[in-house]
Amino acid sequence: MNAPTTMTSLSSASPANTAIRLRAVEKTFGKGESAVRALRGVDFDVPAGELTMLVGPSGCGKTTLISILAGLLSRDTGECIVLGHDLSAMRRDQLSAWRRDNVGFIFQQFNLVPQLTVAENVSVPLVLKGESVAASVKRANELLETLGLEGRGKSSPLKLSGGQQQRVAIARALIHEPRLLVCDEPTSALDAELGRRVMKLIRDRSHQLDRAVVVVTHDDRIFSLADTIAHMDDGLIRRVDRVQAAAVSAGGHGPLHNPDSNQT
Amino acid sequence: MFRYAIKMLFGDSAKFYGILLGLGFASLLIAQQASIFVGLMSRTFAFIGEVGHVDIWVFDPTQSYVDEPKPLRETAIDRVRGVTGVAWAAPLYKGLLVATLPDGKRQICNVIGIDDDTLAAGPAEIVAGSLADLRQPDAVMVQVASSQQNMMFPAELAPGAMPAPGQRIDPKGPKRPVQIGDIIELNEHRAHVVGLVKCAETFTPGPTVYTVYSRALTYAPPARRVMSEILVKATDGTDPVELCARIREQTGYEALVPWDYSTRTLGYWMRETGIPINFGIAIALGFFVGVAIAGQMFYNFTLDNLRYFGAFKAMGASTGTLLGMVALQALVAGVLGLGLGLGAVSAFGLNASGGKLAFKMLWQIPLIAAGAVLIICILASVVSMWKVVRLDPADVFKGA
Ligand SMILES: Nc1ncnc2c1ncn2[C@@H]1O[C@H](COP(=O)(O)OP(=O)(O)O)[C@@H](O)[C@H]1O
Ligand SMILES: [Mg+2]
Repeated sequence: MNAPTTMTSLSSASPANTAIRLRAVEKTFGKGESAVRALRGVDFDVPAGELTMLVGPSGCGKTTLISILAGLLSRDTGECIVLGHDLSAMRRDQLSAWRRDNVGFIFQQFNLVPQLTVAENVSVPLVLKGESVAASVKRANELLETLGLEGRGKSSPLKLSGGQQQRVAIARALIHEPRLLVCDEPTSALDAELGRRVMKLIRDRSHQLDRAVVVVTHDDRIFSLADTIAHMDDGLIRRVDRVQAAAVSAGGHGPLHNPDSNQT
Repeated sequence: MFRYAIKMLFGDSAKFYGILLGLGFASLLIAQQASIFVGLMSRTFAFIGEVGHVDIWVFDPTQSYVDEPKPLRETAIDRVRGVTGVAWAAPLYKGLLVATLPDGKRQICNVIGIDDDTLAAGPAEIVAGSLADLRQPDAVMVQVASSQQNMMFPAELAPGAMPAPGQRIDPKGPKRPVQIGDIIELNEHRAHVVGLVKCAETFTPGPTVYTVYSRALTYAPPARRVMSEILVKATDGTDPVELCARIREQTGYEALVPWDYSTRTLGYWMRETGIPINFGIAIALGFFVGVAIAGQMFYNFTLDNLRYFGAFKAMGASTGTLLGMVALQALVAGVLGLGLGLGAVSAFGLNASGGKLAFKMLWQIPLIAAGAVLIICILASVVSMWKVVRLDPADVFKGA
């Protein structure tokens, strides 16, 4: 995987700022003959206030990895500390509440409920946290405005274009100001220009509000917007590249990084 | 989230109306068939309820329902009167006799002969005339406003008038209901209409004709046993149930309080006829239609929404919240469907009241329908809930 920008090693990331810390995480699906080792001992650090992209060939374990760090899936072995919580020590209902309070999700399919209005869809995370529908919808409309969807709050999501729908999904992921934002292929349904704009928006928010963002993507058009790019292959993180967003020189390969030496 | 659950339900209008229709149809079928069943079955013992001021019915021990013709000997009444605790005992005649109207038309009538002295067990509601008029010669009172056969006279004949010799009356000509002053023949005996009465609908065919016991015997074909039942009043302070036991013991006849006699009659029709089974089948059909249509639709509705439930679950909605949403959706659909069905049944009932159709919606029937709808909704939502519980939140990142 190539990024069109200059990269440096991740070792510059400050330990105090670490939002996610995975060590030797393994995950196997199934048993016996048909078992699939999706993760084979992943070490992964994600700092707060940065946008980290996870790239790699299909089937290499990206979705499995973000599912684990978002508290959707349990790892088999290894350490999994996210936002100061040891996820592997938490019960299912604790994880659910933890996700509700801390994680924003952007899905490849937007998963907007067609029977609800745009604003109601966006309000769901706040409503789940126990806020009133009226206040949540009001807040949703304000957020939609900042995303260029003013006046769309009352329409049906089905009436919006793909790009607009994705922005609604982003609004839904951001409305409760989660400390961690997890996105799986968020720009795959958008054109290049829109994809960049959406990703820039996410990155800027991450920088401003000191939020950790993990984005799984194939979309090399947005690589330059990452602060860090983690390259995955065959259930392992093979290399972590630091992107110097300011530099615009045509980049070659970043230095191959050994995850084992990447202690923070 | 519960508000959103309802919006999700109403928003999917095709499925929502399907669910509503299924549940509505099920509750309609259940409540309507049950009401007709109750209406029909209550006709079997309606006559017992209509005879007021009576403590005990005495009848042949082998008689299993009120209309069964198993008359007693004339002497039975004196034996019953001899039992201590009996204030009075009155004979009752019940029999189907053929009436001939002035135009020659013949009609089956349900003739009831009540005690000459006490006039006990008279009609419940007298529309015209008075009960004492039955003491006049040849006097009878005739049922009017029945949903079954009414006694109809040629319109051209005034009350009491007979066709003039040679006068031909068109049998298809205009008719009028029986009036005071009309004259009919019962088994070739003259009967003079002195009153009009309303009676409960029963299974007995033809209009009911009230007269006194002694006159009823002159109408009836001669027989050794003619007394259908004996009506007994207990003396003050006598427990009717104990008196029944005493009558049974001392006379060998069966004696029951009205409630028990009604129950015995009802029991006979329930046991010995296919009526309960037929209605049971219809009611079960309603239930299964509800399960099949509404349950299936509701399940499909949940399946359609499963990916959103999955997204909610990923976003931290607890399983309890999601189950609550499904339960609420089922409950709302159930209540609305039930309302729809019961509303339709009530409209049907209002239409049918006074008609030929027996229809009696006891207060228990809506409850039964509600219970059935509840079971349908629980069945449907439990399957749906199972899907929601099994939802893996990690699946949200999987392709559609
Ligand atoms: N629930 C599952 N059951 C069985 N195998 C799975 C499951 N989820 C993922 N896998 C397998 O694990 C491997 C990694 O999958 P995934 O994390 O989805 O890869 P990526 O997102 O990089 O394409 C793949 O071989 C996939 O088939
Ligand atoms: Mg994937």
